[in-house]
Amino acid sequence: MQDFLEFRSISKGYPGVQALSDVSFTVRKGAVHGLMGENGAGKSTLIRVLSGDQSADEGQIRIDGEVQHYRSVRDAFHAGVIVIHQELQLVPELTVAENLWLGHFPGKGGVIDRRKLTGVVSEKLAEIGIDVDPGAKVASLSIGERQMVEIAKAVMLDARVIALDEPTSSLSSRESEILFALIDRLRANGTVILYVSHRLDEIFRLCDSLTVLRDGKLAAHHPEISMVTRDQIISEMVGREIANIWGWRGRSFGAERLRVENIAGPKLKAPLSFSVRRGEIVGFFGLIGAGRSEMARLVYGADRRSEGSVSVDGAAVPADSPPKSIRAGIVLCPEDRKFDGIVQGRSIEENMTISSRRHFSPFGIINPKKESELADKFIAKLRVRTPSRRQDIVNLSGGNQQKVILGRWLSEEGIKVLIVDEPTRGIDVGAKSEIYEILYGLAEQGMAIVVISSELPEVMGITDRIIVMCEGRLAADLPRAEFDERRILAAALPDIKNSKELPLTQVR
Amino acid sequence: MTHLKKILLGEQGLVVIFAVAFVIVSLTVPNFLSERNMLGLLQSVVTIGIIACTMMFCLASRDFDLSVGSTVAFSGMVAVMASNVSGSILVGLLAAVLCGAIVGTINGVVIARFRINALITTLATMQIVRGFALIASDGRAVGINDPGFYQLALSRFLGIPTPIWVMGLFFIVFGFVLNRTVFGKNTLAIGGNPEASRLAGVDVARMRIWIFALQGIVCAVAGVLLASRITSGQPNAATGLELSVISACVLGGVSLAGGRAAMTGVIVGVLIMGIAENVMNLLNIQAFYQYVVRGLILLLAVLLDNLRSVAGRQRV
Repeated sequence: MQDFLEFRSISKGYPGVQALSDVSFTVRKGAVHGLMGENGAGKSTLIRVLSGDQSADEGQIRIDGEVQHYRSVRDAFHAGVIVIHQELQLVPELTVAENLWLGHFPGKGGVIDRRKLTGVVSEKLAEIGIDVDPGAKVASLSIGERQMVEIAKAVMLDARVIALDEPTSSLSSRESEILFALIDRLRANGTVILYVSHRLDEIFRLCDSLTVLRDGKLAAHHPEISMVTRDQIISEMVGREIANIWGWRGRSFGAERLRVENIAGPKLKAPLSFSVRRGEIVGFFGLIGAGRSEMARLVYGADRRSEGSVSVDGAAVPADSPPKSIRAGIVLCPEDRKFDGIVQGRSIEENMTISSRRHFSPFGIINPKKESELADKFIAKLRVRTPSRRQDIVNLSGGNQQKVILGRWLSEEGIKVLIVDEPTRGIDVGAKSEIYEILYGLAEQGMAIVVISSELPEVMGITDRIIVMCEGRLAADLPRAEFDERRILAAALPDIKNSKELPLTQVR
Repeated sequence: MTHLKKILLGEQGLVVIFAVAFVIVSLTVPNFLSERNMLGLLQSVVTIGIIACTMMFCLASRDFDLSVGSTVAFSGMVAVMASNVSGSILVGLLAAVLCGAIVGTINGVVIARFRINALITTLATMQIVRGFALIASDGRAVGINDPGFYQLALSRFLGIPTPIWVMGLFFIVFGFVLNRTVFGKNTLAIGGNPEASRLAGVDVARMRIWIFALQGIVCAVAGVLLASRITSGQPNAATGLELSVISACVLGGVSLAGGRAAMTGVIVGVLIMGIAENVMNLLNIQAFYQYVVRGLILLLAVLLDNLRSVAGRQRV
C-alpha cells in the first residue's frame, strides 16, 4: 500500500516553546494511525497544522503525493482534511441534518430545500451506519451521538483524512464500541484516520500504525502496530520505564467518615446509600449517564438534595450549599475542569486560594504575604510546573490545572472527605502517577476519598473498593480482593442480555 | 515598531496612550493646563467617576446595570425632598442612601435569586425608578431650602472641591477592595467562571446581591452631590449616564465578559472621557460633534482591547 498522508520535517515554534521540531512520518491509505504522546508532546500542534488552523514554520504536508499549501481551516476542508476536536463544533439548536449542511444549505435563492436537506442526510447516515434521527435537535443528543454526527459531517464533505482528537474521552465503553465500528467502516472505504488518544487499549484495538511524539520530536514511528508492546510505547512516551503507574499500596482503615443515606435529587431519582471509612479510597465506576457525577454533586450540595442525608464524622451536612459543605469538611473536584473547575483569566494563586483565603483575611482583607506563601507551598508540594504563581491558570496543562484544584482543597482547613470526579481525564501518564500519589498520601492521613472514573483500569488500579453504578442505582460493591474486570463491567451494563456489546478486550 | 506595539498592547497600554494624549493636549490647547480648567474637568467627571467604581465590580462579575442614571436622579430628588421636609441635611442624605440601597438590593435579588437577565432587570428598574423620580416631583425640579446643602458641592478642602475628594476617596477604597479583599477577588472569580466559583465555595448569589446593593448606595452618594451642584432635585438629571459610565469602564479595560478589571484602568477611562469633552469645549466645538467623538473613542478603545487579547492569546 502506498503512503497517502505524509508529514515532512514539520517544525513549529511559539515564543518560548518549540512545539514541533523536524517531525516526519507517513501514513498508508486506508490506515488508522495512532498519535500518542504526553500532554505538551506536540500532538495538538501537529493536528492544528494539519487542520490549517496554524501554519508550520517549516516542512510540508503531502496528501496523495501532492504538497498542500492551505492557510486556513477552510482550505484544509477543500483539500479533504477534517479535524474533529474534543470540543465538538455543532450548533445545538439546529437539527442533525441542518448541522450537516451548515455552510452550504441545498436550495435556491436562499430558500432551503427541506426535502433534500433531510433526504440526503438520512441516506448518508444509513450508508455509514449511524443510527441518529436527522430531524432531531443536536441539543437532545448524547455526547456519543454528537460525535457520530461530527464524523458524518466529515464523511459528507468527502474527507480523505479525518483526525480525531481524544474522541472517547467523554464516551462510555458502549458508545466507544459504536465509534470503533464506525472507524472500521471508514477504514474499509480508504479514508485515512489520524487517531489521537491517551488510551493504549484503544490504540491497540483500532490502529494499524502508530507515531509517538515526545517534547515536540518524533520519539518513535511504528508502521505495524503488531510489532510493539504496551510497555514499549509507554516508555517511548515518557522516555523512561514506568513499572507500575498505579503505585497502589495497602492501608488500614479507621472509623466511618462519610455516611450517605438515601439521597436523591432532580437528576437522581432512586435513593442511594453508602459509606466511606477513614483512609479508604472508594472508586465509583459506571457508564456515562450512570449517575456517578450526579451522586457526587448531591453529596457535595452542588445540586440540592430533595431527600436523604449526608454526614461527616457523625455531623450532618446541609443539603444545598457548597460553602457549608466545605465547612463541614466535604470537598469536590468537579468532572469538567474547564467549566466547573478553573476560573479562567485568574492566576494560579487566586485559583488555589479561592476558598482558603478567608482563613487569613481578617475583616475580609487578604494578607498578601500569607496568600503567596500558601500558594508557593502547594505549588511546590503538588509539583505544579509553572514559572510563577501569578501565571494565568489557562496557560497550564490539564494535569497541572488539576493539581491546582487539588491544591485549592488541600490548602483549606479540616477537609475530611475528598470527592474527585475524573481526576485524570486528558492528563498524561507522568502527571497521573503524581496525582495518584497525592491521593494515597491524603488517604494515609485519614481522609476518606471518593474517586469517580470512567477508566476501568484506573479504578481497579488505585482504589480499595469499587462501587459500580448503573442507571442511577448501585449495582455492585466490591472490595479490592474481589476486583474482576468482567464482573465490574457486567454490573455496569444496563441490560446483560445485550452482552454482544460487552467490550471484551478492554485491557490487554 | 514592534517595540511600540508591545507598549501599546501591554498591560499599561492605555495609561501610556493617556499620558501621551495628555501631554499633547496640554501643549496645544490653550488654557487646558490651568488650575481652573483642571478642577473644572475633574468636577465634570465626579458623577461618572464615583459610579464607575461600583460599575467596575458589576461588570467584572459578569453583570450589567442600566439603572444607575435613574437611581442618581431619584436619590438626588429624595435627598432634597427629605431634607426640605425634615430640615436636616443628614436626614436627606440617609434617606437617599437608603433609597439607593433598596433599588440596588432589588436589582440584585431579582438577578441573583430569580435568575433574570441583568440587562432586562435593570432596564426595567431604570424606567421604574425614573418614573418614581417624576411622580415624586410631579415632573418639576425641586429647589433646595437649606443653603447648607449647596455646601456639599461648593465647599473646598485645600483648595479642591469636596466632590473631587469624595471621588478620589472612592477610587482608593474601591481599588483596595478589588485587589486586596476577599470581596474583590471573589468578584473577579465570579466573572471569570461563575459555576466554578460556586463549586469552590463562593456564595455567588449573595455576592451579586451585595455588588448591586453597593452600586445603589454609591449612586445615591453621586446623586446627592449632583443635586447639590445643580442646586435642586431634577427628575430628569443624569439621563444616559449609565452608558457613559459603562463606556468609561470599558475604556479602562474592564471586560464585559467578566473576570478582568483594574481601578487604574477605570480612572484613566473616566479621565479620557472628561478630557475629550473638556478639550472640545475649550476649542468651541459644537456639542453635537461631541457625541460622535465619544462614540469613536469608545470604539477605538474596544478595538485596542481586542488587539491586546489577540496578542495575549498568541503569546500562549
